[in-house]
Amino acid sequence: MSDKPAHWTMETFATIQTMKFVAGAGVGVAAVAFADPGLAGILGFWVIACIINVWVVRFLGDFSHWLAPVLFGATVLLVWEMVVAVYAISPVILPAPSAIAAKIATSLPILWTDFAQTVLKGAIPGFLIGASAAFVTAILIDRSPFLQRGLLPIGNFVAALPIVGLAPILVMWFGFDWQSKAAVVVVMVFFPILVNLVAGLQASERMQADLMATWGASYWQALWKLRLPAAMPFFFNGLKIASTLALIGAIVAEFFGSPVYGMGFRISTEVGRLGLDMVWATIAVAALAGSALYGLITLIERGVTFWHPSQRH
Amino acid sequence: MRNVLPVLTVLCGILVIWYAAAVWMNATWVHDQAERAGVTVTWAEVIPETMAQERPLLPPPHQVAAELWQGITGQAVTSKRSLVYHGYVTFKGTMMGFGLGILTGVLLAMAIVRYRVVEMSVMPWAVISQTIPIVALAPMIIVVSSQMGLTGRDIPKAIIAAYLSFFPVLVSMVKGLRSPDQMQLDLLRTYGAGEWATFVKLRLPASMPYFFASLKVAVAASLVGTIVGELPTGAIEGLGARMLIGSQFGEPLIMWSALFAAAILAGLLIVGVGAVERMVRLRMGVPE
Repeated sequence: MSDKPAHWTMETFATIQTMKFVAGAGVGVAAVAFADPGLAGILGFWVIACIINVWVVRFLGDFSHWLAPVLFGATVLLVWEMVVAVYAISPVILPAPSAIAAKIATSLPILWTDFAQTVLKGAIPGFLIGASAAFVTAILIDRSPFLQRGLLPIGNFVAALPIVGLAPILVMWFGFDWQSKAAVVVVMVFFPILVNLVAGLQASERMQADLMATWGASYWQALWKLRLPAAMPFFFNGLKIASTLALIGAIVAEFFGSPVYGMGFRISTEVGRLGLDMVWATIAVAALAGSALYGLITLIERGVTFWHPSQRH
Repeated sequence: MRNVLPVLTVLCGILVIWYAAAVWMNATWVHDQAERAGVTVTWAEVIPETMAQERPLLPPPHQVAAELWQGITGQAVTSKRSLVYHGYVTFKGTMMGFGLGILTGVLLAMAIVRYRVVEMSVMPWAVISQTIPIVALAPMIIVVSSQMGLTGRDIPKAIIAAYLSFFPVLVSMVKGLRSPDQMQLDLLRTYGAGEWATFVKLRLPASMPYFFASLKVAVAASLVGTIVGELPTGAIEGLGARMLIGSQFGEPLIMWSALFAAAILAGLLIVGVGAVERMVRLRMGVPE
């Protein structure tokens, strides 16, 4: 009963605020219009988009969970396009989104070759090898609290180090092709995953462990039935951090030497030739690959850790 | 303190493996030399040879330590060969990016906590922004900023470092600013506190533990960003540039010493943040 009036006052209050905002923004845009009509157009568009988004969030409920970010992203792209058009910005500094899209459409084969070299051959095998190595190591040191206490501080420290610096050394060892890129990725993802998994294996509660003991579970049974599942949220946390690192590692390693294809190679050569539309096209592919990898891990996580409070909605 | 013995044991293990690997990897070169000279060498002759090469495939720890020591204390700190000088350049870039990252993260977090529409439209993009490998953007940021007339590499480096370091701050601050529970918020309402007073007196102090927890992650991320910003073509100063030079001229010792200098810098930064945190906690009267 007390909820309703409060809700109403808040709503009226919000409406008054919105109206004040609109009026203020209108005056501001009109003032700018005298000095710079193009800027006024862009600002006006931005304000209208803002108001639409506020409205979407307030009245569309669940629907707005994906609509609001999509609208925001579209607004940013449109404003970018308008800024480039109004101020005639040279494509050498900032190409328009439409120009980037056109470049993507015309150079799909090149983008695919680069993607295959960097992501499919460098990042993903490296990620899988590094994750498996971290998993095996965590299980191996699980029975020795001594080793854990020794390895955890060092692992934590190494996880904070700029490991990308190893890239030139590993390129020297493993040559220019994808093997060296995969090696950089292995080293980069190993420690974050290891540290998270070791912490996760200690996450099951005393009471649960006691229950396992009363059932006469062996070490391996307890590990398989209780402690590994309990560690999974931590493990996936590590995998998510590592998925970004994997792409970074694979691309940085290409700056130090690569065959004449690959995303890192493409970016560094096209920047040298001032072909910024191609650079942005490659960045778009990298962003897509990074988000897809992250999304895939999140999906698997949802299946594996369905029981965890953070997954229940 | 109970961790000292295990940590030392693991470190000793790493050293042993390192020496073994150095012997194994550098032996090839010794054998090649011997074959060219037409002599055969025994293992007793090979092992000392692997310990003191000019350009070893894997320099043994004592060589790296000697080079590091030489780089830190053997030169005037203003010399281009001094690791202190390059470390300082990297440190400066890291701090600028760190400051910019904290500012961005905190301001965004404030907007997100205050306005639902900002949370719903910006938060997903903040998450996506971190799945984009920043290194893909790094060379472009450098070229574009030089075309816009920004000389020097400080600003592009700071932008790259800030891009990596704002996210941990943002996530923790959103959590921290929301950490006061309903009872505390209600209390402030009974005091007649406005939104700003609630923010300054309740939300901000409550968020401090979250803030400092994120700073340690953010400062490490900022260092990685700065070093990545120094890697692409053209840099001459900073630890990242030092690694690049070592790679281009085939000088493994330069690469390794720069790598360890970066590790030392990372350690110092994390310790520094911890010290600031302890000071702030004391000032705020948080019980130990």
